[in-house]
Amino acid sequence: MHNSNRGGPVDTDGAAVITVDSLAKEYRVYDKPEGLLASVTGLFHRTNRLVEALRGVSLTVGRGEFVALLGPNGAGKTTFLKLLSGIITPSRGTARVLGHVPWERTDDFRRRFALVMGQRNQLWWDLPAAESFRLHKEIYRIEPARFDRTRDELVDLLGVRKLMLQPVRELSLGERMKLELVAALLHEPEVLFLDEPTIGLDVVAQHTIHGFLKAVQAERRVTVVLTTHYMKDVAALCERVVVITHGSILHDGPLGEIVDRFTTHKIVTLDLDATPAPGQMERFGFPCEIRGPRVTLRIDRTRIADVLPEILRSESVRDVSVEDVPLEEIVATLFRAGAAAPMAEATA
Amino acid sequence: MSNAASTDHASPHATGGPFAGLRIWFTMLAICLEERLVYRGDFIIGTLMRFLPIVTQVFLWTAVFNATSKADIAGYSRNDIVAYYLLTMVTRAFSSMPGLSGGISRSVRDGSVKKYLVQPVDYVAYLLAARIAHKLVYYIVAILPFAGVFYVCRSYFPPVPDAVTIVAYVLSLVLSFLLGFFMEATLGMLGFWFLEVSSIIFAYMLVQYLLSGHMFPIDMLADIPTGIAGVSIADVIRWLPFEYTAYFPAAVWLGKIQGATLARDLAIEAGWVVVMAVACRIAWWRGTRRYSAFGG
Repeated sequence: MHNSNRGGPVDTDGAAVITVDSLAKEYRVYDKPEGLLASVTGLFHRTNRLVEALRGVSLTVGRGEFVALLGPNGAGKTTFLKLLSGIITPSRGTARVLGHVPWERTDDFRRRFALVMGQRNQLWWDLPAAESFRLHKEIYRIEPARFDRTRDELVDLLGVRKLMLQPVRELSLGERMKLELVAALLHEPEVLFLDEPTIGLDVVAQHTIHGFLKAVQAERRVTVVLTTHYMKDVAALCERVVVITHGSILHDGPLGEIVDRFTTHKIVTLDLDATPAPGQMERFGFPCEIRGPRVTLRIDRTRIADVLPEILRSESVRDVSVEDVPLEEIVATLFRAGAAAPMAEATA
Repeated sequence: MSNAASTDHASPHATGGPFAGLRIWFTMLAICLEERLVYRGDFIIGTLMRFLPIVTQVFLWTAVFNATSKADIAGYSRNDIVAYYLLTMVTRAFSSMPGLSGGISRSVRDGSVKKYLVQPVDYVAYLLAARIAHKLVYYIVAILPFAGVFYVCRSYFPPVPDAVTIVAYVLSLVLSFLLGFFMEATLGMLGFWFLEVSSIIFAYMLVQYLLSGHMFPIDMLADIPTGIAGVSIADVIRWLPFEYTAYFPAAVWLGKIQGATLARDLAIEAGWVVVMAVACRIAWWRGTRRYSAFGG
């Protein structure tokens, strides 16, 4: 019989795997004034205030997308991931992940996604990771043959086959993180949420994890949503970037678009024959930084085609490079823009 | 018939089947066992330390009996008292749950409880598996010192009771394990409402220590009136859960409780297990709901 009506959630290729509409989350926090006296009065009377961690976020993520959530600390990124994985319930708004309302926490939903939080371990501390894997096999009801195959594939991709037989507490942070990722992917989740997966890791480990995530995502068409502070993660992995500040989405689009939209300058680095005389480089009228014979200029993107030939003609230049403003800097500008925005709203 | 569970991606999941839950549980038990065995050294020391308070109790009662001319106090001879304390130690080996409530409230505070919200696994079932593993390892380690002490003290004990009493005794022990587990698990889940539950746990321990029969056999209170005609303190305590975590099984073995009374008290104990299991479940549901609404 043709099996078109599956009764379950519909998620054909290309269709949305995650749909979020005006999702908002408020926390009530107690204000604790400083000082002993205030602490004592606090026993009898507490003032609380609402903190809006997320103020009406809407977005749609299709199957197989790799989305980065960027934002300063406290912007609401982790709150957003917690909502999508059903750990917390929203104050307002709706969300569907794989057709399920996440915070209903049905087992059917929970078997189909995974959440990895950078500093939290799902692995048993005193036992080898292989034992935790075995438990996952039962919890997620993975077929034995399939379990062996998936596990072998994953540990080989990350080069941690030997480590899985060593007690987790004896492993380094990077090794642990790799095994956490294996544990999270054993049940072949369709959606993967990663909360700062590369935090505190060295460059080599970061690189390995990038390669791994890319391979897994490409091969299994896993939908990945990741929060991070490292632009390297974003550049290596994500086609789509969602910038969240103060609980709202500031930008949602391809990485390249951010660069186009939010950069006004190019960075031009010149290696001169000798250290320039005072005023020699300043006369072009652009902000410049001089370190010996190396000069860095920030030149308007619109004027670079006119200005650069002029500089090359008038100075004795050994070498020149033209680069975009570093991603970190763009994002920092974005975060600051976001910080200013709520005030603008308030006065409007 | 078409397979209703299949999706367009071949599902990696084996079909559940009626025993899937049990299999998960036994794997949890096996892994918890392995984990506990990592700490066996700690266990050996802990076991030996348990005998110390008993020694002081025995000295105390010896002094009490020396000071009085009576051969028995409230139906307990000197030998009975020693046997009683040794037997409550056995009950406590079943019903005490070191670290359970503290562990649960800590997992709420530090957020590790999230794992059980994200994974398709039942936290209470996991805790139970972990605790059974904890106990099994403890028994393996403790059986030798226990056997030694009981052998040395064999002369204090009355003759081995009849089969019915032994069955009732074993049943009362198993129920005391479940009762202790669900009481302390429920207590730990208060961590969803209060950031720090250690003072609540401490208050519970005090009440438990007084009313469980840890300090003295509860039937010694049978003559102390409550003010209500014909109702003694012991009658009140009988309807509370505490005495079932120390006094009751010991009294059963010593033949203090028999026949219809025994059946009734076993029913009370079983009733408390059900009540506390339900309370624990409700605390988990409401607690996680609160956790989800307020923070996480």
